[in-house]
Amino acid sequence: MKTLIAAIAGLALWAGAADAQNYPTRAIKLVVPFAAGGPTDVVARIVGNNMSKTLGQQIVIENIVGAGGTTGITQASQAGPDGYTLMMGHMGTHGAAPALYPNLKYDPTKDFEPVGMAAGTPILIVASKATPANDLKEFMVYAKANNQKLNQAHAGVGSVSHTTGQMLNVQLGIKPALVPFSGTGPALNDLVAGQIDFMCDQIVNLVPQILAGTIKAYAIATPERSPALPNVPTTKEAGLPDYQVSAWNAIFAPKGTPKEIVAKVNDALSKALSDEGTRKRLLDLGGVLPSDAERTPQWLAGFVATEVDRWNKVIKAAN
Amino acid sequence: MGDLFANLGLGFSTAVSLENLAFCFLGCLVGTLVGVLPGVGPIATIAMLLPLTFNLDPTGALIMLAGIYYGAQYGGSTGAILLHIPGEVTSVVTTLDGHQMARNGQAGIALGIAALGSFAAGTMATIVVAVLAVPLTRLALLFGAAEYFALMVLGLTLAVVLVRGSVLKALSVTIVGLLLSTVGTDLETGEERLTLGLSALTGGIHFVVLAMGIFGLAEVLRNLENPEHRDAVKAHIGRLLPSLDDLKRCIGPILRGTGLGAALGILPGNGAVLGPFASYSLEKKLARDPSRFGRGAIEGVAGPESANNAGAQTAFIPLLTLGIPPNAVMALMVGAMTIHGIIPGPLVMTKSPTLFWGMIASMWIGNLMLLIINLPLIGLWVRLLRVPYRLMFPSILLFCCIGIYSTNNEASNVIMMAIFGLVGYGLQKFGFEPAPLLLGFILGGLLEEKLRQALILSRGSFWTFVQRPVSGGLLLLAVVVFILAVLPAIRESRKKALIE
Repeated sequence: MKTLIAAIAGLALWAGAADAQNYPTRAIKLVVPFAAGGPTDVVARIVGNNMSKTLGQQIVIENIVGAGGTTGITQASQAGPDGYTLMMGHMGTHGAAPALYPNLKYDPTKDFEPVGMAAGTPILIVASKATPANDLKEFMVYAKANNQKLNQAHAGVGSVSHTTGQMLNVQLGIKPALVPFSGTGPALNDLVAGQIDFMCDQIVNLVPQILAGTIKAYAIATPERSPALPNVPTTKEAGLPDYQVSAWNAIFAPKGTPKEIVAKVNDALSKALSDEGTRKRLLDLGGVLPSDAERTPQWLAGFVATEVDRWNKVIKAAN
Repeated sequence: MGDLFANLGLGFSTAVSLENLAFCFLGCLVGTLVGVLPGVGPIATIAMLLPLTFNLDPTGALIMLAGIYYGAQYGGSTGAILLHIPGEVTSVVTTLDGHQMARNGQAGIALGIAALGSFAAGTMATIVVAVLAVPLTRLALLFGAAEYFALMVLGLTLAVVLVRGSVLKALSVTIVGLLLSTVGTDLETGEERLTLGLSALTGGIHFVVLAMGIFGLAEVLRNLENPEHRDAVKAHIGRLLPSLDDLKRCIGPILRGTGLGAALGILPGNGAVLGPFASYSLEKKLARDPSRFGRGAIEGVAGPESANNAGAQTAFIPLLTLGIPPNAVMALMVGAMTIHGIIPGPLVMTKSPTLFWGMIASMWIGNLMLLIINLPLIGLWVRLLRVPYRLMFPSILLFCCIGIYSTNNEASNVIMMAIFGLVGYGLQKFGFEPAPLLLGFILGGLLEEKLRQALILSRGSFWTFVQRPVSGGLLLLAVVVFILAVLPAIRESRKKALIE
């Protein structure tokens, strides 16, 4: 019996090694833990489209939604480590989740093989037109003076707008009323209508409203201004240099996925990020792309560890 | 006004290009098919087709995706009428009288009036979108959390008007529906509620799972109870298309349904779901003989179907003019636009006028196409009813299971649907109508979200609902509707007591 098991195991290993060499021989599933059409989904589809060409097999996006993205990641992390199930991890699922969900069924730093950083979308601080403050400095004074009256919108616990909003609150030392919405859309509606005072969210969602002048944009939380919104100052220029945050998206594979496969996917991802057309699409969305040094699996592993640590501190301080 | 005609001219010249006509037709056809198939909804379909549109011209891609969306609204009513399975939230109401009509051998008439009503509503709603899109946007901004809450309360009182029979029973199933909507992860705290520790329930109960179980499966069970009866129903099929007399009776309901649906469709936060319910209640109130409702009244199909389609059209207003998606399908459209490098928002109209007006023109063309696709199909659908039930019910079950599984790729959803099927059967046996349960479920999520938002904004003061004029007015209306609905029932029971 034992020999039989050993033989089967050996066979499986051998088959695994052969698979890794020929990989991929069939379509690859890329799990996106958020709804189709959202920022992470759009990044995954743009990058996946180009990666399919390099890999010679179609990358199929599967949206598994729920619990701030952790449902999809939990499921994908339990898939066979054969390279045919990958996932688009995210600032929330692989950064803030351990601090937010005490019953989280995975450990972002241990249960995955990091593949590579895809693209991030910068965070902006925006406010209703009815808010008297005209720039971030004025807002910081106004917010502290009106701490009890302020209303901040977010799209549910664990959403990007929630975690990055909490980070801002901790840095400003304010405790506004947090108003939960079932998505960024409804939250924006109430921000435009003036029912909500301010919020933080990803640039993709906000650009049209800012360009149309229906809301105020105080600052963008990246080191450089975005070409999509050249008039919006960075947080450093606006007087809050420590507020640096972007909603990053990175590809992960389940723990135990062979190194060769990870390398192949990483290579395809890197090629996609160097491709002219793909770059343009991502940049048009206001996306931030990783430099060459930031594209390796090792860099991503280190980055995830610092993110988990950072969000742990923010969320503890906010509560 | 001259501007409007110039713009519409631009729109039509864009929409009638051979390529865009083909996309529009393809979208409408696919939409009709996925609408008819239980479980496979427009959200899943659009998500699946999104990557295929990558290399298309954005206007053509959006016209196709929009076609899928309102095609599915059309198709959804087919399932509701023939099989008692509402494929979409908005076709729940159609099951009430539409399926009764099918049982009375009037399936063709029900399908016909649904198609004609939808077309009329679609035409009028397209005009509304073209003429009033910009000013109507302000209406959406007028609605804050308190106003929404009041609107949902008004919607819930419709549950009482909706059904025939006991008010108490209607109220109790509505409350069960409300409770079912609270299952899942709490939006504000992130805590799991009523999930029994099952991971399948952390995301809440899916509408399609509940609707198919409580309507579709329960209907199969009920039919299996006495299959001979069911086969007898199919034997006589009657006219395929509504008569002139039928049409005359439906003009009023279609116009009123269009008005209600169009107005509610503009509201972000899925106000469109209320349209068909509101229209049905209104028609029942206005009818000379309300007891016909629930037994196959043609007005009960014409009104809600028109409301449904009008709402589907005007739901584009917040998307196109504000860049704010009012429901999940519209959120997908935002995704489709961003993938094509068009950022939806107040600037679309000025920056990409061909896209904006092309889409509006294609809405009307799409509705026309749907009519052309659907009218000849009616004969085919009705013939489907002739299939012996012993062959039909396994296929219904199979399609339901496939459909449910495909929404989330979760086997647990199929099991849940089976459980809800038994629950639905039990409800019918004890004389409870399932429609108010579904209404409670649909509105429950929004009701809670808006209640909590309003209370957080008012720092806990309930006065906010009365102090704000729109919210106060809506609540007052809800009270009046409720009293009007309950009064006859009370009077009757008093009469009975006196006789005894």
